[in-house]
Amino acid sequence: MSWLVPLPVLLPLLGAATALLFYRRPRLQRLITLTVLSAVLVIGVVLLIEVDTNGTLVMAVGGWPAPFGITLVVDRLPALMVSVSAAVLLAVLVFAVGQGLADESEGDSTPVSIYYPAYLVLGAGVFNAFIAGDLFNLYVGFEILLVASYVLITLGGTEPRIRAGTTYIVVSLLSSLLFLAAISMIYAATGTLNMAQLSERISGLPPELQTLLHVMLLIAFGIKAAVFPLSFWLPDSYPTAPAPVTAVFAGLLTKVGVYAIIRTETILFPSPELNNALLIVAFLTMVVGILGAIAQADIKRMLSFTLVSHIGYMVLGVGLGTAAGVAAAIFYTVHHIIVQTTLFLGAGLIERKGGSTSLSQLGGLMKASPVIAILFFIPALNLGGIPPFSGFLGKLGLLEASAEVATPLAYLLIGAAVVVSLLTLYPLARTWNLAFWRPRDEVENYESFLTESLRDDPWGGRIVQSRTVPPLMIGATAAMVGLGLLLTFFGGPIYEVATRAGADLQGTTAYITSVLGERP
Amino acid sequence: MTVSLALLVTMAVLYACGVYLLLEKSMTRVVIGFLLIGNATNILLLVVSGRAGDAPIMDGRSDPGDLSDPLPQALILTAIVITFAVSAFLLALVYRSWRLGNADSLSADPEDVAIRTRRAAEAETPDADEDDTEFGDRS
Repeated sequence: MSWLVPLPVLLPLLGAATALLFYRRPRLQRLITLTVLSAVLVIGVVLLIEVDTNGTLVMAVGGWPAPFGITLVVDRLPALMVSVSAAVLLAVLVFAVGQGLADESEGDSTPVSIYYPAYLVLGAGVFNAFIAGDLFNLYVGFEILLVASYVLITLGGTEPRIRAGTTYIVVSLLSSLLFLAAISMIYAATGTLNMAQLSERISGLPPELQTLLHVMLLIAFGIKAAVFPLSFWLPDSYPTAPAPVTAVFAGLLTKVGVYAIIRTETILFPSPELNNALLIVAFLTMVVGILGAIAQADIKRMLSFTLVSHIGYMVLGVGLGTAAGVAAAIFYTVHHIIVQTTLFLGAGLIERKGGSTSLSQLGGLMKASPVIAILFFIPALNLGGIPPFSGFLGKLGLLEASAEVATPLAYLLIGAAVVVSLLTLYPLARTWNLAFWRPRDEVENYESFLTESLRDDPWGGRIVQSRTVPPLMIGATAAMVGLGLLLTFFGGPIYEVATRAGADLQGTTAYITSVLGERP
Repeated sequence: MTVSLALLVTMAVLYACGVYLLLEKSMTRVVIGFLLIGNATNILLLVVSGRAGDAPIMDGRSDPGDLSDPLPQALILTAIVITFAVSAFLLALVYRSWRLGNADSLSADPEDVAIRTRRAAEAETPDADEDDTEFGDRS
């Protein structure tokens, strides 16, 4: 079955090349993109089932055996991430097709032909980062997805997008260079970049050197994952991109950073020396992120801040350093990919229907479109962690894992996690009250304690009266909401897979044996 | 491991200049700063490959101990290609930004501007609500 391993990278790259050839025929491009992503989704699920029953799949590219060649490794965690990412990419693609993003509606300046190829290349980068078995290939995966994301975030080349894109691009470039510098230092210290071999050799290095390399990697990944205080760029740059682009960025890109942090903490540096630092950072990320969200008047900006805040939950799970903690972090990552993407798609629907994403200009959407109201309400409750949704399951797992660790810091984090999850409900409920429940004719001169902490977006445009929303956009969002509900219904089995994935990562011997073979 | 001092000094100078330029407001300087840091990182990769040696071809004539380490060189090549592509994109971005705004500098974040103007406005007109003394004029 190991011939399936490189396909999630290979198919999107070939698809992107083919789609670029047919740049004059958007329908054909769309068909190619849909086919490729569906195929990757099927491959991801097959890989997940295969890996879960028969164990890790390893593929040596070009026939050069590990540790000399490029190794692709799929154990439970990458298989799970590939499946979920492919599903999310597919749903957002359908949404984008519905919105007509690649066709005409965004204005004449949109480079029509580049959207689908860039989107596929983004997918290839994400999948490559997940299945990379050596650090340099992880770097290449990051670069592939980043370069594609540079194109997507500046799509159309309007002034606000160029401005926001520049912040994003310069910060990402810096983190990539830091990662590359860390890679060269690690190579100098150990003489290898294969993760399995690194795992064996790093433990033999002097402790100070280990800490240095560890911190360099964590800073590089922390920027990508938007962990406080390295998260400043995210709320600046995400909201100006087109709705489907923001949705897929919010769902996937930061989670690739989280995935890299999980790998760093489990395979490369399993020693618990930096765990307390990670817990403190998780605490700050959660609290500062959610306080930022409360002050935002724009729905997309508010969602970007909740995204930062909830990255803290995943870092909390990793920072605990136990199998249960990592398992909870994995489940929470899967949940958050789905629910955050759904919320951004919901914001896209609101923008389409109400003509704005500013809370001071929206109103009466409940009456105008009950379907959108429901499609926003369910993921909002899910993100806030209301039982019985998957957000509640993930948070419960994190709290249980923290309680097992039972240090004062872990108890502090339990308190913070509960308070932050309550605070998450506040901006979401306010969005609901103002945009959906408030009657349309009360929007002018509205005064309420809810709006006291809000600042208006200086670029807030005028209101375009309700436009029709294409059924494909509604359908794609509904499918994502359905996926979130499925994650709730099948919470048990998926949590078990996450638990086994966490257990895989706990002992490094299993990973080393499957990549390098039995050692005498 | 022996390290070439000349390479090390070049790398340090490139890093220093690159960081300085990256912090500038002018977009063109940011691009040049990125190029310098990118090249500094490539030299770092070269430095970690150890001392210079023969071409790493296993033809039986040269002693394997004299060969230079080929892996960092392969990594540098990949990094150069990536830096090249990204700098092409950056130049296009700078050009587009110049076409739109007719300026080479990055405008401030609108949210930051909003906070700054709000603070200035608050400083000018003291808010009546902030008078929380019991004997305020709004009894």
